[in-house]
Amino acid sequence: MVKQTKKNTNQTLALAFALFSGLVFGFGLILAGMANPAKVLAFLDLAGQWDPSLGLVMGGAIAVGIIGFKLASRRSKSILGLPINLPTSRTIDNRLILGSLLFGIGWGLVGICPAPAFVLLGTGSIKGIVFLLAMLVGMAIFEVFDTKNK
Amino acid sequence: MTIDWNNFTPWAALAGGVLIGISASLFILLNGRIAGITGIIGGLFKAAKGDASWRVAFTLGLIIAPAVWLLFAKLPTIKIDSNVELLIIAGLIVGYGARLGSGCTSGHGVCGISRLSPRSIVATLAFMGTGFLTVYITRHLIGA
Repeated sequence: MVKQTKKNTNQTLALAFALFSGLVFGFGLILAGMANPAKVLAFLDLAGQWDPSLGLVMGGAIAVGIIGFKLASRRSKSILGLPINLPTSRTIDNRLILGSLLFGIGWGLVGICPAPAFVLLGTGSIKGIVFLLAMLVGMAIFEVFDTKNK
Repeated sequence: MTIDWNNFTPWAALAGGVLIGISASLFILLNGRIAGITGIIGGLFKAAKGDASWRVAFTLGLIIAPAVWLLFAKLPTIKIDSNVELLIIAGLIVGYGARLGSGCTSGHGVCGISRLSPRSIVATLAFMGTGFLTVYITRHLIGA
């Protein structure tokens, strides 16, 4: 009984922290300028008036992330007692490369990647919502034609 | 290459990056999950029972971020110059490509590189490469 309650408490906490993590992630994107497609494109435009800001976003995120993931790799369970799900695949295959090349093309066309698309939805931007819906359709098309996981 | 010093925002960029790193660290340490949006959303298409709620919660956090931000400050400029047709094409490519490549800027670029994953380093080089190339082609070869 006590154990059951503790489990439920942890599940509720886990959901609250998931929401909180998403919120902090969103704040980071907004503060960094990643939620502004024009700024993202200015970073990707090496040959034009180059705005190097987003390089620092990656740098800052990775500097902190390295510590977080190092600490996580030493644990068998998360602080809330949940399993730690780290990707196990080590193979660099065609799917990885082709998919990433494609993703970069779409990103370079408009300056929006998946996480900022959700932040744009939250700002009520119609164009942001159009992109988000198309992105979800793109993901659904992948699910339909993906044969590897079936 | 000319650096656009007027629009260069090093401190906000660095601070925003640190927040993203904190979020990713909290998520793996507390929830045991990777803060990769493509994987989080992709998992919703075939989520097993009990596996959907944390995905929805994280995504909801992203969606409400601008509203919560507005409680404390004005939102910075958000400018989308692309037309609707291009947004649809790009959205389709981003969605399909990121799923095929098992991740995007958050999953590979932030979390994967933080784990020093060779797969994520290759993926990030690939999408940064075509990102730079695409902007070069659209702005300097066919655009303008």
